[in-house]
Amino acid sequence: MRISLTVNGVKRVVDVKPNERLLDVLRYRLGIKSVRAGCLVGDCGICTVIVDGKLVKSCLVLAAEANGSNIVTVEGLSTNMRPSPVQRAFVESFGYQCGYCTPAFVLTAHWITENMVNASDEEIARVLNSVVCRCTGYKQIVDSVKLALKWRREGGER
Amino acid sequence: MSSEFRYVGQPVKRFDVDKVYGGALFASDIELPGMLWIKLVSAPYSHARIKRIDCSEALKIPGVVAVFTGEDFPYKVGIYAADRDVLARGKVLYYGHPIAAVVAESLDIAEKAAETIDAEFEPLPAVLSIEEALSPRAPVIHERLGEYRRASFINPVPGTNIANRVKLRKGDAQKAMEDVDVVVEETYRSDPQSHAYMETWAGAATIRSDGTVEVWSSHQSPFAVRNLLAMSLGLPVSKIVVHHLYTGGGFGGKAGLLLEHIPVLISMKLGGRPVFLQLNREENFYYMAQKPGFLFKMKTGATKDGKLVFHIGEYYLDAGAYADYTVNVIRSSTFMATGPYEIPHIHVDGYAVYTNKVPTTAFRGFGILELTASFEQQMDILAEKLGIDPIEFRLKNALKPGVSITPTQEVLAEDAGDPAGVIRRAAELIGYHIPPQRSEEPWKVRGKGIAAAWKGPVQPPNAASSAIVKLNEDGSVDVLVGTGEFGQGTIIALAQIVAEELGIPVEKVRISPYRSTDLVPYTWQTVGSRGLYSDGQALIRALQDLKDQIKEVAARAFNVFKDEVEIRDGKACVVGKHSECIPLERLALGYTFPSGETIHGPIIGRGSHVPSGTTYLDPETGKGNPKPFVTFVAGGVEVEVDLVTMQVRVLKAVLVTDARIINPGLAEGQAYGGILMGIGLALKEAIGFDEIGALRNPSFLEYRLPRVEDMPVEMIFESLNVPQRNAPYGAKGIGELTALPWQAAIANAIYRAIGVRVKEYPITPERLLKAVKEQRPDILTELRKIMVGV
Repeated sequence: MRISLTVNGVKRVVDVKPNERLLDVLRYRLGIKSVRAGCLVGDCGICTVIVDGKLVKSCLVLAAEANGSNIVTVEGLSTNMRPSPVQRAFVESFGYQCGYCTPAFVLTAHWITENMVNASDEEIARVLNSVVCRCTGYKQIVDSVKLALKWRREGGER
Repeated sequence: MSSEFRYVGQPVKRFDVDKVYGGALFASDIELPGMLWIKLVSAPYSHARIKRIDCSEALKIPGVVAVFTGEDFPYKVGIYAADRDVLARGKVLYYGHPIAAVVAESLDIAEKAAETIDAEFEPLPAVLSIEEALSPRAPVIHERLGEYRRASFINPVPGTNIANRVKLRKGDAQKAMEDVDVVVEETYRSDPQSHAYMETWAGAATIRSDGTVEVWSSHQSPFAVRNLLAMSLGLPVSKIVVHHLYTGGGFGGKAGLLLEHIPVLISMKLGGRPVFLQLNREENFYYMAQKPGFLFKMKTGATKDGKLVFHIGEYYLDAGAYADYTVNVIRSSTFMATGPYEIPHIHVDGYAVYTNKVPTTAFRGFGILELTASFEQQMDILAEKLGIDPIEFRLKNALKPGVSITPTQEVLAEDAGDPAGVIRRAAELIGYHIPPQRSEEPWKVRGKGIAAAWKGPVQPPNAASSAIVKLNEDGSVDVLVGTGEFGQGTIIALAQIVAEELGIPVEKVRISPYRSTDLVPYTWQTVGSRGLYSDGQALIRALQDLKDQIKEVAARAFNVFKDEVEIRDGKACVVGKHSECIPLERLALGYTFPSGETIHGPIIGRGSHVPSGTTYLDPETGKGNPKPFVTFVAGGVEVEVDLVTMQVRVLKAVLVTDARIINPGLAEGQAYGGILMGIGLALKEAIGFDEIGALRNPSFLEYRLPRVEDMPVEMIFESLNVPQRNAPYGAKGIGELTALPWQAAIANAIYRAIGVRVKEYPITPERLLKAVKEQRPDILTELRKIMVGV
């Protein structure tokens, strides 16, 4: 079946099988490699993308269900090769190591800055709890989110 | 240290930013033109003879290219003992053992075809624990154990399930038993646990028309993959190229050869066609080797003034069906023998034992995790029996650099570090002697605990590394090293060293995270917290070579002697004359005189390193020097035990190391990561087996990893910055060290909170409740009163 998706601002029309996961369509049919599989059953959150403004585990959604939706992946946060403040905050705060879960955390952080600009530590933790990282111990990821929020509240980077 | 240098010691940002911005490539992202997909088929028995495998239905399915079984690949693989079949041959040795590989045009087709494979088995009695495996009546899992190719220092016992037996003898422990006042004899255990790196294993292979085998895979050490492929499959090294992309976590679980031989052999059978194998999460729990479970028995004695006198140990690792690195992990536990303390009489026997369970391998800490989890509880128990404060007891016995004799009977090097210092500082930072604040809820009880550890790389004496530095025509530098990038960020620290040595901005140093074995110089492996030390030493030598050439060319340009030239701020200058300088870019391709005459040509530095003074160990006693350096750490925790749920939460964790730090941002990342991993290993993570040996929890729903909610409220990392001799800027590795103290520190803190000691990891609510019922039933009676009162 044919579906249409707006991915990072670009309209994409793609033929998919009815049982195909959104994850696989983004990754294999559209070549967006930052969308990665961790468990394929919704436990780890590594395949998280933003669908119509919501954080979604793309392994739990059929591509057909996402027909007509607006999807943002980590590639879509940069504009004209210039990384977004959230992305820069992750570099600034050492918020990543092996990088495999990083797109999911960056997108989650982006969602927090868009939707919870005054989030408390507990609220940040509750949202970040949906993604697993084995390398960082989370501290520098949380620091990255807080830095991005601070920049956001102060209206710009530093 | 920070003021002395411009880059070394500074939190220089990671430059592998494509992980954050998009574009980072992992082995799992590889797509080769015309690539076929592999799906493995596994056996539903933990020990059985294979009577028949029928692949005919699978071969009828359109899109299926081939199906292979064990007999197609008569090779044995394994790093220290070649005990592993490519696919099961004759027998299956564990539940989930791959018996066939289906190759198809798509993963979908391969998966469907895999379901049609029909196999018949004759079940054999299975061995599912260390104790069963050691019983004289136990079925022997590896019947041809004695015939396996193995390293000279591996001693299997043919006719048994012992994959390796290791001995350490120092002094006379039996005799010394008469000279002590207090003896503690205990047994510590752990379930097998999982590296649970986020990238499941993936690998692709193809054969070029000239016969070159090309491999892209998720691994830590590209040169180890090349070496082991060559050795196992009988291929010349010159015909293998291993490509290293980003690797999504390793923690020891991707240290050597993983499953690369499967796509390689399949590609060879299919005329070199590109093939790809990627495991899903459940398969990764079954097909990739895990952290062995352990059983450590210890008897330790001290005099009443608190001096440790003897230690007798029997250490067992549950190696599973294939032992991979585990045969060497047990050497590591045995040869370190105790914690960072001097004990005159030590007698330890170590065993890696085959069982019909998932294969096992190295894990961050390489045997010292198990040792620390056990011995640091032993220290607290001894201290209590002696009536001595646990910190004082540790300090009294802590190794003394330049004085103490190690378990392998060498004098501990003078520059070994500060064993007592890290313990003292960790105790201070956690406020060990200050009672914890009371929880507001009376059913939650707090306690503080500490543990210390030491570790160095476990490597053969010839574990070498090398580096190449190229000066570019804009004064920037390209660095070629062989170490793998899987999160540690060693390449950032190496770039800082280059910037420091040449006085150029760190942005002008390029070290690609991607590498191929035919394009970068050799390094043995990326394991054992050795990367910064080993590759760093090679790099410093390459930089010396580079600078030497720069000085030589500049000296001719200035018409001075070579030793009158110095390199500073990216320029070659005549010593003491600020006006006479040539920027490095003008020397990169050699120097051109006004006449046009040009000298030297492009400047390329090269350096090699192999640690000096390390030796093989005596097989009967363990005597010798196994390590080029050791690092010391101590960790302190404050925990809160919820007596209603029996859940333990770590409120605060402090980690102190003696290592010099090149990049505090990276080092903190290792520290926090080590702490959370330690919390998981201490409290949550266990690979469970059912009665027939199948995994109970091959998913992240049931294999519970630490999440943000498990983060302690406060984490502190400190370094005493003790310089190591013959090391890059005095730095040594900390990656594994950061994970070591937590299991014992948490167990000790639980004891100090509620007087209950749990000697089996992980300390799950079930285990803690059982221990409370056995050791302190009064707590539950008291709790009932409190709850009724509430």
